[in-house]
Amino acid sequence: MVRDGINWMAGGPQGSGVDSAANIFGRACGYGGLYVFGRREYHSNIKGLHSYFHLRISKHEVSANIDDVDLLAAFDAETVVRHISEVVPEGGIIVDKDQMDTKVFNIATLPPEFKDELRKFMDQKGLGDSLTDFLNDARKAGVHVFQVPYMELLKQVGAKLGIEKMSKITRMINVLTIGVSFALLDYDENLVEKAIKTTFSDKPTIADMNIVAVREAYNYAKQTFKDAFPHKLEKIGTSEQRLFVSGNQAAAMGKVLGGCRVQTYYPITPAADESEYLEAHEILKTKAGDGAIVVIQTEDEIAAINSVSGAALAGARAATSTSGPGFSLMVEGLSWAGNCEVPAVITYYQRGAPATGLPTRHAQGDLQFVIHAGHGEFARIVLASGDIKECFYDAANAFNYAERYQVPVIHLLDKAMANSSQTYPVFDAGNFKIQRGDILDETKLQDQEYKRFRFTETGISPRVFLGTKNGVHWYTGDEHNEVGHISEEPFNRMKMVEKRIKKLELIDKEVPIEEKVNFFGDKNSKNIVVSWGSPKGAIIEALNRLSTEGFSLGFIQIRMLHPLPKDYLANTLKAAQKVIDVENNYFGQLGQIIKEKTGIPMNFHILKYTGRPTTTTEIYEALKRILLDQAPERQVLTYGS
Amino acid sequence: MVLKMSDFKTDVFADWCPGCGDFGIMTALQMALAELGLEPHQVVIVSGIGCSGKEAHNVKAYGVHTLHGRTLPFALGIKVANPELEVLAIGGDGDGLGIGAGHFVNAGRRNLDITYIIHNNGVYGLTKGQASPTLRLGLQTKSLPKPNINEAVNPIGLALMAGYTFVARSYAYDVRHLKETIKQAVRHKGTAFIDCLQPCPTYNNINTKDWYSGEDRKDPQTGKPRSRLYKLEETGYDPVVHDLNEDFQKKVAAMDKAREWGDRIPIGVFYKNEFEPSFEERVTQRIPFYRSNPPAKQKISDENDVSTADLEEFFAELKTS
Repeated sequence: MVRDGINWMAGGPQGSGVDSAANIFGRACGYGGLYVFGRREYHSNIKGLHSYFHLRISKHEVSANIDDVDLLAAFDAETVVRHISEVVPEGGIIVDKDQMDTKVFNIATLPPEFKDELRKFMDQKGLGDSLTDFLNDARKAGVHVFQVPYMELLKQVGAKLGIEKMSKITRMINVLTIGVSFALLDYDENLVEKAIKTTFSDKPTIADMNIVAVREAYNYAKQTFKDAFPHKLEKIGTSEQRLFVSGNQAAAMGKVLGGCRVQTYYPITPAADESEYLEAHEILKTKAGDGAIVVIQTEDEIAAINSVSGAALAGARAATSTSGPGFSLMVEGLSWAGNCEVPAVITYYQRGAPATGLPTRHAQGDLQFVIHAGHGEFARIVLASGDIKECFYDAANAFNYAERYQVPVIHLLDKAMANSSQTYPVFDAGNFKIQRGDILDETKLQDQEYKRFRFTETGISPRVFLGTKNGVHWYTGDEHNEVGHISEEPFNRMKMVEKRIKKLELIDKEVPIEEKVNFFGDKNSKNIVVSWGSPKGAIIEALNRLSTEGFSLGFIQIRMLHPLPKDYLANTLKAAQKVIDVENNYFGQLGQIIKEKTGIPMNFHILKYTGRPTTTTEIYEALKRILLDQAPERQVLTYGS
Repeated sequence: MVLKMSDFKTDVFADWCPGCGDFGIMTALQMALAELGLEPHQVVIVSGIGCSGKEAHNVKAYGVHTLHGRTLPFALGIKVANPELEVLAIGGDGDGLGIGAGHFVNAGRRNLDITYIIHNNGVYGLTKGQASPTLRLGLQTKSLPKPNINEAVNPIGLALMAGYTFVARSYAYDVRHLKETIKQAVRHKGTAFIDCLQPCPTYNNINTKDWYSGEDRKDPQTGKPRSRLYKLEETGYDPVVHDLNEDFQKKVAAMDKAREWGDRIPIGVFYKNEFEPSFEERVTQRIPFYRSNPPAKQKISDENDVSTADLEEFFAELKTS
């Protein structure tokens, strides 16, 4: 695999600062003009179980991981055991000197099914059971092992800070590994200190402590390891303004751009971070003076969706944010919103399912669910972002679609985007247009009898917000007449069903295809990849690599999954010889839908449902097998701990 | 403009059974709104599912007839988005204390400035008379195949413990009393709960109008029925928390009254506390201009439809160069 940067991984027990380490590392790289993509993996656990952050640093924009780890910063023994085989030859492992005698089967947090696999791995390689045995084996493959006495260094840090109690400073193992990493990579230490200051900007004392620790480790590594590590990281100058932003943050900011003023939620991973971020920023600076978003933590997701409908009827742009289990509870409310033509926005972060599933892990298993959720037939829009930047714009656009067409909009994201962070040029937010659709205010209501559900050619009837003078009307979850009163008359019923559903045709007709799909690669290729959501970054990169090797491929990324741009798909796919479906689910749900709507079957599937996102390496290899006619119809990917 | 009760009537046929308590509640509601000096467009009636849910269509005001058990969440969204609106949530006992019980309890924690009226008849009428959460253990109303196997919840007690700041009970056939109770509830700052006893003439053949009015226990001397209902306000009972220090005693007194049932059933205001900040006040502490510029009224786009959002502060936090 061609590499143009460094792949750094930090791992340790949950609660040991893996996250902040990655943040500091990523920022420090950003300050040096480098691009970063980072993926966060963690257990459904507060403290103790293994978590890690996989960062890819490059001179170019990167939006996916590759399989490799060039430098592994292991806070603990488990990290070594879990990730050692990902470290490339000539790569490095930073490890605690005091852990070298640890027996791997004594690591209490390793689950039995992992130990079974580990035993097989050890038997195969004839490995002993201590960490030293593992690391010696890695050395044979050319991996550099950097043993660092974490506790000794911490004691020196403690002495400098006048802190004797080790428990107060053991949390800084994370920054020690950063100091060592940057020393090995020969990177500018000042940028690391700047990153620490920003990361702990609200806690200056903590920032100072961390800086002392980083310096200690940096100097120790410089003196001890000198130039032992072959990979270097060089800063490059840039005048471009850039962000290092996660999917949760991007979606939240997109909502602000889109004018969201009420957000409801019930705590759930990986959605809740978005709501908390909004609440922390509830007072909004706007060009029209005071602005604020009211964030309400409701008693459950049922309340969350129905409060959104209430707020939307009153005239506020409103959204809720959830994941699979929460959305399951929202389904009746969704049906009400569909029946009453409410512009409710649901930001849906997919995670491993069914049931509680893998609460903190990635999946794309809910596409068929969200397209069909809700009893009865009604119009809705389903959008799916493919990367963090799209999360931003789609989150804003969702409100425009919802209000223009008076339908609930489900904006699909996934855990891989929610908890990954990426460097981007600052998002362009200057010209985003708000489209609120047809709304009547008091002045337009004086001389007419207002009918909320007036039959119109398009199916869209002008809206009036609750509280508007001369506009009194009714909503009901029952079938209703034009005024909004209950009606069970068959003729009215038929017209209302048609009124609601024919909006789908209008959406299909009006929304430009550029907003519904992205096409990458060769337009005339006979090999077309179709996908949606977070595999986008890995697919594009794999495509580019394959194209430099002389292979021709096209890639359709579908952003509006319902109503599906079926005519476009039928036209684009009809001449293809190999249609390749890439998704993070078992059934190939998008493929099923495309076949249902266009009659075109998928020739190949590249699927993954381990709970971990797809890497460029995996996609590249799987696609290449297909292009070389060496692939089975169905390839299932497995990379990632 | 002074409006009359008739200004709050619609021409929608009220399809309740003859003798249904809902007629009384509808009338009291229309009268109360007129007497409060409100105009139809200032009021939102949010209703749940069941016979009572239809009431929203019989009152001329904004009506949001929602889902079973979900009146309070809809009301929350509406009121938070536009606190100028006078929001009244109405629903049945099954709606509010069965399927919607979680919302009932949590509404007490928020103290949003709304009114909530439960139509309490002990049965699920529209599905043909199953036992509701307020039907007492062992009672066998007309359509129950066996006597009720569950004990009843105490709506007044539950509301008190959940933190409602206005807790009252009234009676569907005492329209005047109910109307006055609704007026007090609407004027109350905070969530006001009214447990409205409402005979179901079709399915509850135990707690009937005659039972409430005591037709089965006439005074042997006068031959007049002795009503089971009595008015708290006529007993010198003072529900008002005048000083935060007496809150506990007032709650205990109210709980004591809430236990009464059977031959002596109190109606009237059990508890009233205006010291507790409303949800709107709590939001205002965080967002000072919340009331003057609430979510539904904020300008989110300029004359060219461009978003008014200024994301510079968000970006500044995330910038790496």
